[in-house]
Amino acid sequence: MSDLRELYQSVILDHNRAPRNYGPLADATGHAEGRNPLCGDEVTVWVRMEGERVADVHFVGTGCAISKASASLMTTAVKGKTAAEVTTLADQFRAVVTGQVPAPPPSDGAMGRLAALSGVSRFPIRVKCATLAWHALHAAIAGAPDAGVPDARVSP
Amino acid sequence: MTTVMTRRADFPLLVRQPGLHYLDSAATAQKPAVVLDAEREFYETSYANPHRGAYALSARATECYHDARTGVARFFGLRDAACLIFTRGTTESLNLVATAWGMHNVRPGDEIVVTRLEHHANFVPWQQLALARGAAFRIVELTPDGRVDIDLLRHAVTPRTKVVAVAHVSNALGTITPLGEVAAIARSVGALVVVDGAQSAPHMAVDIEALDVDFYAFSGHKMGAPTGIGGLIGRREILEAMPPYQMGGDMIEVVGDERTSWNVLPHKFEAGTPNVGGAVALAAAVRYLTSIGMTEVRRHEQTLTAMAIERLGALPGVRLYGPDATRRSGVVSFTVDGIHAHDLATILDQEGVCVRAGHHCAQPLLRRLGVSATARASFFVYNDAADVDALVSGVRSAQTLFHGPRVVSPGTPARPATASR
Ligand SMILES: Cc1ncc(COP(=O)(O)O)c(C=O)c1O
Repeated sequence: MSDLRELYQSVILDHNRAPRNYGPLADATGHAEGRNPLCGDEVTVWVRMEGERVADVHFVGTGCAISKASASLMTTAVKGKTAAEVTTLADQFRAVVTGQVPAPPPSDGAMGRLAALSGVSRFPIRVKCATLAWHALHAAIAGAPDAGVPDARVSP
Repeated sequence: MTTVMTRRADFPLLVRQPGLHYLDSAATAQKPAVVLDAEREFYETSYANPHRGAYALSARATECYHDARTGVARFFGLRDAACLIFTRGTTESLNLVATAWGMHNVRPGDEIVVTRLEHHANFVPWQQLALARGAAFRIVELTPDGRVDIDLLRHAVTPRTKVVAVAHVSNALGTITPLGEVAAIARSVGALVVVDGAQSAPHMAVDIEALDVDFYAFSGHKMGAPTGIGGLIGRREILEAMPPYQMGGDMIEVVGDERTSWNVLPHKFEAGTPNVGGAVALAAAVRYLTSIGMTEVRRHEQTLTAMAIERLGALPGVRLYGPDATRRSGVVSFTVDGIHAHDLATILDQEGVCVRAGHHCAQPLLRRLGVSATARASFFVYNDAADVDALVSGVRSAQTLFHGPRVVSPGTPARPATASR
């Protein structure tokens, strides 16, 4: 049960129950959709860029607790960051959820808060759930409306 | 107390993993030792390319292949074994019919009828055939408890209907379709009946002559055979009138420079070197099932299904989909309020309980049920009451993990075993 408690920490369950920045963003400058056809997870991310910076970000999604909490935590972590900083954060995040690097302590800024998802590293089949929103965010900033998921292809 | 006998000891994987509660047999079944032994024995004693060699070993392989076909045909009560075509499985069988028969017999303005229950394998090929041939594509809706609505089917079928394609048993809900009624309606307008038997072949007695359908498709891997072998049973007149599906070796009679004539049934539809080892193993799988008796298989699964429906249904916040246990096969599809099916499957997995979570390759159905995913437990001969216990206890741990130790959503009554709408 301890791996599960690690995976479904109270932060995750809280963001799943009460996702932050949830709903379309009226004055968005870009949006993108991510889908994981294998499990039916879907997420749409809206961003409002001001110059190089993410001024606001919202999402809507259906899916498991991991994908929803990850999207919600992401929206709280990237506001005010530049596109380049978002890319760095996304890379760090992927490294943590795939277990390539240890999770930073919670006090460690944006990455510290995202580390609540580090329990995913024990559940390789759930990594895609955690990274889905990040793919969509990347596409929304880049202005590509359909993010898909690179490593999930057709439905079984 | 109902006693349920377990045949777990016949299945090496389950013997090696005593803590495993394998509840995903609707996706694929575990393999009994007798099947693995039969396949190995064939490769060790009788293997060569059938039909091609002029030597004794090839003749022996040919005979094994022939005997496998006879054995599998007998399992389905099929008298004319040449009307059983070995394929890779249900998907290939259904595509064979939709392509070889469909492209030559469906014309603009004709109608193709399927049901809301269908697996994508019995939905997409017909939808695409309709698009390719300019035919209408009709989907027959369900009753609130997830059965094909026979009155709606009667209205959907018209003199322009060329084919009615229907699942004998739904993989997502377990619903058993009354094929007799479907066939009578289709017959009245001269339409073909194509049956997706992927979920009936492993779980109930199927007498193909009594069913009176035109095509019946099934997959060996859901019956205890290896992957990559299955079959299509068809009426001789129709198969003979159909053009081949794939062209190549074994399926020809004479190849001229300009024209080619086709081999007789079943070879006309079995281009290339066949999966002989798979066919031999499939024959062993149906012998194994026959040794138990398909009536007993059904009874056993029905007992477990009724048990699971009752116990899951008694948990607050659990919704069950599909009809009552008498009208369904060993499949229990459910959702738990506040817990996504995918999370549920991860949590159950930690307790050794394997269930499927998702749309079960039946997106048109799940859309209609108004859910994006369900969890699905499905039973076979090796399951027993301990598996149901583990499932129920896993669902409760998931609820505790997500909602705390107190029981979820007070005031949510236990739902009856019906779809939510
Ligand atoms: C009802 C039904 N039809 C068709 C299929 C496809 O079978 P296969 O993947 O063996 O071709 C399945 C199995 O997933 C099924 O359950």
